[in-house]
This record gives sequence, C-alpha cells and structure tokens, in this order.
Amino acid sequence: MTNMNEVASQPGFGTSPHHAGVDLGQVPAKMTVRDLNFYYGEFHALKHIGLDVPEKKVTAIIGPSGCGKSTLLRIFNRIYAIYPGMRAAGEIVLDGENILDPKYSMNRLRSKVGMVFQKPVPFPMTIFENVAYGIRHHERLGRSAMEERVEQALRGAALWDEVKDKLKQSALGLSGGQQQRLCIARGIALKPEVLLLDEPTSALDPIATSRIEQLVEELKKDFTIVIVTHNMQQAARCSDMTAFMYMGELIEFDKTEKIFTKPDKKQTEDYITGRFG
Amino acid sequence: MSTSLYTKRRIKNIIAMTLSMFATAIGLLFLAWILWETLSQGIAGLKPQLFTKISAYREEGGLANAMVGSLILNILGILIATPIGVCAGTWLAEYSLRSKLGPTIRFLNDILLSAPSIVLGLFVYTIVVLPSKYLTDGNVTFSGLAGGIALALIALPVIVRTTDEMLRLVPGTLREAALSLGVPQWKLTMQILVRSARSGIVTGILLALARISGETAPLLFTAFGNNFMTFNPLDKMPSLPQIIYEYTKDPSPDINVLAWAGAFVLTMFVLALSLIARFAFRSKVSHD
Repeated sequence: MTNMNEVASQPGFGTSPHHAGVDLGQVPAKMTVRDLNFYYGEFHALKHIGLDVPEKKVTAIIGPSGCGKSTLLRIFNRIYAIYPGMRAAGEIVLDGENILDPKYSMNRLRSKVGMVFQKPVPFPMTIFENVAYGIRHHERLGRSAMEERVEQALRGAALWDEVKDKLKQSALGLSGGQQQRLCIARGIALKPEVLLLDEPTSALDPIATSRIEQLVEELKKDFTIVIVTHNMQQAARCSDMTAFMYMGELIEFDKTEKIFTKPDKKQTEDYITGRFG
Repeated sequence: MSTSLYTKRRIKNIIAMTLSMFATAIGLLFLAWILWETLSQGIAGLKPQLFTKISAYREEGGLANAMVGSLILNILGILIATPIGVCAGTWLAEYSLRSKLGPTIRFLNDILLSAPSIVLGLFVYTIVVLPSKYLTDGNVTFSGLAGGIALALIALPVIVRTTDEMLRLVPGTLREAALSLGVPQWKLTMQILVRSARSGIVTGILLALARISGETAPLLFTAFGNNFMTFNPLDKMPSLPQIIYEYTKDPSPDINVLAWAGAFVLTMFVLALSLIARFAFRSKVSHD
C-alpha cells in the first residue's frame, strides 16, 4: 500500500507542472498517475496528466465531451489496448507497481481493477452465470462456495432481492437499471480493489440513477471508485474528489466541495457554472 | 403554410409507398408464378412413387434416389464448409484487426462468393476427380464426396461472410465488458461472442444450404449422377437438380412431368429452409 508520503518522496512526483498534488489528509493514494500521455494514432489525447486517486473514496472525473475523461478511465485497466493504434506513456502506480509496464499481467490488473460501462452489457446467459462467469475464470470454487459468492455480489449491488427467484433466467430480460446493477455485481464479484464507472447512469432513468448513486455510496466502503460522469450534480452528490478535465488536460483536481464552491481555476468555474461545455 | 407543407409530404409519401408496393408486388408475383407453374405442371407427377421409387424405372419410377443423393451431397457440403467457414469468419471479425491480411481475405472471399459454380465444379474435377485414377486401376472416379467438396466451395464464402458480419454486429461494449473481467480473447470469442451471434450464424448456414441445394453445374463433373439408389459417398451420386436438368431435356412427356414434380419439391425445400432461417433470425432480434 503506497501512502502519500512515500509517493511524494519518490522521484518524478510533482515534476510535471500539471500534477495536481492535493492534501488528502490521512487518506493514502490507491493509484498515482504521473505524467501520463495518451495518443490515438497521431492525436495527442491526454497531456501530462498527474493525480492521486485516494483509497476507498469516490473520485469523479468531469469535463465537456471529448475532454478525455473516458480515455483516462480506460487507461486505468488498459482496456484501450484491445484496439490498434493507441498508446499510453507515463506511469500509473497501483499498490507500488506501474500498471503500464508491459510486464504487468493483464489478468492480474483486471482482477484488481473492475469496470462498469455506460450502457449495461449483460452477457447472453443466465443472471447467475453472468456473475459467476468472471469468478470462474480467476478462481476454482465449489458449487456452494460459488453460490455464496454470487449472492454476496448481487447483495453488494443491491440486486439480490429482485432476482433471487429468477437466477436461472436470462439476464437479457432484466430492466436497464437492473442490468446495470448486474454489471456492477459482475464487477465486484471478482473482489477488485478499484472500480471504474464510465458514465454508469447515462442510459438510465432518474429512479434507476438514484439507486446506482446510493449504491456507489455503499460501495466506497470496500472499493476505491473512479467515476466518469457528464452530470455535474451527480459528481457533486456522490464524489469526495473531483477532477476537471478540458481538451486533454487536467485543469483542476481537488475535494469535490472545493471544486463546486470555490475552484481555483477560471475554466473550472466557467464549466461548473454552465458557461461552456 | 404548414398545411400545404403537410399535404406535399403526404403526396410524396403516397408516391413512395406506391412505388415500393409495386416493386414488392413484382417480386411476389414471380415467386407465386414459379410456385404455380411448377405445381400445375408437376401435379401429375406428385404421386407416392415419386418418393419411393428410383429413377432407373424411368416413367414408372420416381426420384427417391435423387432426393437421397441430394440430401447426402448437401450434408457433405455443409459439414465440410461449416467448420472452415465459421472459423474463418471468426478470425476475420475478431482477430484480423491488426493484420493487413484481413481485408485481403474478405475481398477474395467476396470473389469466391460470386465465382461461377461451373468453374468450381471444374476445379474440383481437376483436383479431386482426376487424381483419383492413381488410387484406382486407372479409372477416373466420380463420387458423392467430390460433389460434396464442390458444394462446400459454394457454401464456404456464404458462411464466412455471414459469420464475419454477425460477429461484427455484436456490440463492442460486450467485448470490452468481458475483457475487463480479465477473460482472455479465446474465451470471449467462444463463450460470449459466438453465443450472441449464434442464431445469425445458423441463419447463414441455412442460407448456404438453400443455395447449394439448387446447384446443378458443380455436380456435373463431380458427383456425375446415378440412376440407382446409393448411400456410398465414394460412389457416383444422383441429385435432384441434375435429374431435373436431364428430365426436362427428355422427349417423353411423362418424364418431363417428373422433372416438374422434382422442381416443385426442390422449390418447397428451399422455401422451407429460407423460412426457418428467417424465423431463427427473427427470434434473435426479439431477444435483444
């Protein structure tokens, strides 16, 4: 576990003018991003990003469309690597190891860092199998142990009571909000340490959205959460830290309260007050 | 002003609807005409003996051997083409992303898709039928197997294409969701993508079957034809389209009637396959 002091003493820390080092009090950083650059072919999509993601807190990334917030999130589990022509340079240190190091096992990374996407994407199988699928790949569990894990994950995603009588039915029959919670259950079933949420409520109605937001509040007891959102109220409501990005740069990163009340940068203020974006 | 705009749009709409309904009617008219013509001409031949007797009895016979032969040839063709086609289509859709070979193979596959079937028949004649004389005492051996290979070459590009397209229709987010769980590419492909695209792939296989079941040309130099019943794929094998072809040229009107009856059976078979394919595809859409 890397804490702030150790990070600060490591070379390279804070050398980038864009590194938003913030006093998180006693909260250790779970993930530290240092001088991260990202390219889509020739296009320089992320420029010198640096930030500390605090452990067991909710960190929101906001900014106008195309600012690179989803791109940043998609580097945290290296899911970008499935497409050709994309390249990340810099460091992302998770528990003292650089996950961008090609030697860092993808299997290990993805069992430590889970992800939930914008649109709910249940697999074409039963509700039970949707949750068990990922677990089965990483662990060998007996029947009852597996049932227990699946129940635990579904409870964790606040879905158990709604599906406990139809675990054998296809997941495609669930409502959008239920499918999204199923995807969260599938993610947390692997017991990751970090959970990435990429605009998890943008395809959902207000009631389903508020359920997911309550769930995020619960989940941060066990997981470090990074959420990308288009909805500033959502960031204000459910995050502890907020990062504001614009045109591929990290403009400001601070406590959510501060970002939304008295941000340091003019651009941040303009964005949150709705002057652009 | 808005009323006149609305009227204009309504008129345009009526014109467009009329034209498309007219086009649909032309298509359906010919289908109905073909069915009616084959049925009315062949009705005299649609007797039980059509399905029980073999073509060796000529006017007193039926087409049982041709139907069995067609069945065996089609099954052989599909059995050979399906594994290769599904694997190739999967490779194109899932693995060729970083390779220049992918677009090239897709292009070549499209050429194969439109290759004249007689050329494929001659090709199989050259690489399968002719070399068989080295295995026998010097006689060239036509066989059901050679016919099956020729049909497989026709079915293959259809299966490759549909598999490729169906897999590419699976949303990319499903791939990302599985990969973000740490699942490797092969598991993702076999357990999730192929499962999502299954009904589409099956539809492609059925359409390929419908396509090859009407082929005559590639069988002329390969399966050759046979007036007796045979279940041996290494034997010369009769087929429905080929017997129809021969019987329509026959001077005897009774034989011509049998050809029409065979044509009707074949058309109904292809129609049934298309309907099944259609039904399978529709059940997939409603599933989403």
